[in-house]
Amino acid sequence: MLTFTIRRLLLSIPTLLFISMVIFLLLQLAPGDPMAQVPLTVPPEVKQKMREALGLGQPIYVQYYKWLIQFFWVEPQVFLDWATRETFLLGWLPDTNFSTFIDPDSGAVRPVQRIISWQTRSPVMDIVVQRMPQTIWVVGLSYIVGILIAIPIGVYSAYRHYSLFDQAGTFVTMVGFSIPPFFTGPLLIVIFSVTLGWLPSIYDTTHVVTDWASFKVQFFQMIMPVMVLALQTTAQISRYMRGAMLDNLNQDYVRTARAKGLKESTVVLVHVLRNSMIPVVTVIALGMPAIFGGAIITENVFKVNGIGQLLLTALFANDLPMVMTLTFIFAILIVLFNLIADVLYGLLDPRIRYD
Amino acid sequence: MTEQAPQTDQADPYGALVDKVPTQAPRSQWIDVWQQFRKHKGAVFGGGFLLFITLAVIFGPFLWDVDPKALDIRNKNWRPIYQLLFDSEAKAGWAHPFGTDQLGRDIMAQMIAGGQVSMAVGWLAMALALIIGSAIGVISGYFKKLDFWLMRFTDLVLSLPILPLTLLAVTLFRQPLNARFGPEGGMFILIVSIIGLTSWMQTARIVRGDILALKEREFILAARSIGTRSGKIIRVHLLPNVISPIMVSATLGLATAIITESALSFLGVGFPSDFPTWGKLLSDAVSRMQEFPERVLLPGIAISLTVLSVNYLGDGLRDALDPRLRGR
Repeated sequence: MLTFTIRRLLLSIPTLLFISMVIFLLLQLAPGDPMAQVPLTVPPEVKQKMREALGLGQPIYVQYYKWLIQFFWVEPQVFLDWATRETFLLGWLPDTNFSTFIDPDSGAVRPVQRIISWQTRSPVMDIVVQRMPQTIWVVGLSYIVGILIAIPIGVYSAYRHYSLFDQAGTFVTMVGFSIPPFFTGPLLIVIFSVTLGWLPSIYDTTHVVTDWASFKVQFFQMIMPVMVLALQTTAQISRYMRGAMLDNLNQDYVRTARAKGLKESTVVLVHVLRNSMIPVVTVIALGMPAIFGGAIITENVFKVNGIGQLLLTALFANDLPMVMTLTFIFAILIVLFNLIADVLYGLLDPRIRYD
Repeated sequence: MTEQAPQTDQADPYGALVDKVPTQAPRSQWIDVWQQFRKHKGAVFGGGFLLFITLAVIFGPFLWDVDPKALDIRNKNWRPIYQLLFDSEAKAGWAHPFGTDQLGRDIMAQMIAGGQVSMAVGWLAMALALIIGSAIGVISGYFKKLDFWLMRFTDLVLSLPILPLTLLAVTLFRQPLNARFGPEGGMFILIVSIIGLTSWMQTARIVRGDILALKEREFILAARSIGTRSGKIIRVHLLPNVISPIMVSATLGLATAIITESALSFLGVGFPSDFPTWGKLLSDAVSRMQEFPERVLLPGIAISLTVLSVNYLGDGLRDALDPRLRGR
């Protein structure tokens, strides 16, 4: 199993390189000019100098190489410095100083060159780190809520196959599948914010939870974005759960367990459920990146300033380093969760062994 | 597939030992499929509704020949006709059954025109994805040498972040294509090709799996042994046998294509603003949905119902085309 995991980890490196190259070439082919916003009174030769200052005068492979170095070498160094300086977990270590170097000419201590956003002129990663918590809170919570709703529905509708509950459950999951989040979002806003006035329509990310009252505000403003995303998750996972339970309920070991005189709840909730969870767990892992993608739309509807919204604004502003980095972060998420799904599948099911 | 030869010279048949000779002419596979399909109520409704909406957007403009782009500022902000039920004072009437928007454009005509674009994008993108997916699936299942590389390529494409990349491609390539094919044509080509190029992977995997299993069967060996060429084996013997997984993934592809197109329009990177599609109508109406909720509801319901019916159709097709389930 360990060899398999290591092999998969090594295999994911060329995958990530390929993806980064695809994104990079796509951005290179694109005819956007970062100098388009610069006033027309600026003379062309100055514009050319500005382009070179952004690193655009270099050949493509040099630009790609530099981006790779900055993303995989410089940014981890900066992160390590920050971790040993300020975090609780690694703060006891002596402070590291990877991210600075001594200028040979003047002898002064300079910070290394990081990936710089063209919009804000600040390091891209700093902005991403600022935006990440909002996305992770909304996305993560919605995923957990979705799974917690989906599993009981799936189990019960498989146990009472073709019952009224099963039919209704199938219909509801089909509807959940089919209604896109950019429709459910505005719909919920009209119903719960405009007509009933129960919930706020905009997610306020500056809100800080200090006591019970502010926690309640936070809770209320999270309900709608989380439920919109959770609806999609619920629909998908309860379908898989139902299918997996149906496959297992007719197996011989279930009959044996019943013949032994085990309680029905033990048979279904321990024996069958545990075996049915194997494919479902991998589906849960595989669905994670798709939920991050769906969060782009949900964040846009509820005005959550997470990374999805950051990607959209960066795209419209032609901020190529930011777009490149964000898209690549999405790709890393996909590759990572594919890996997790594969490893989990092997761990949970001894019949599946890849080596 | 193999019919049993009728036994002719049986001298003295003992009751139980008699083979059951078919009394009726053998029925074709597709009649069986149709009968199984008819049992799935949701699938029949889904198929019917899909047919209805497709016909409605094709022939709608002939029946409701109002120009969706015609401005009529005097008759702006009409409410839909059902509003008269609650409020007899409402500005509504049979001249504009779904009402008019803030520039007086007829919403019913816009819905029909928007549906045309959405459905055209959906069908074309689905067809493109199917062609690419089946081609790659068949080639990599049939030719062992290419299998490894094509499947690695499929895995790589599967791990691309689709929605961010789609957003990226649409925003970046909008201008050159618009310059060549006009703002609407360019966007149409761009969206169809992007959705098609990013959604063929599942089809390719399923088709490859089926081809790998079929390739080892005797009828392929027989075809090969009488000297049939690879191209003909694929066309005549393999493709008809993988038509059912292709059809099922076609329905899935249609649903995703419609949703993706609407999502792009909703995020503001889709078609130009005066060009109606369902997603565009929805996103334009969101800012005024407090006063005019129907402008969000109508396109939203159109998208959702179409996708729902396509999903039900796919569910029914999967059951009907699965021989293990047939006859149950």
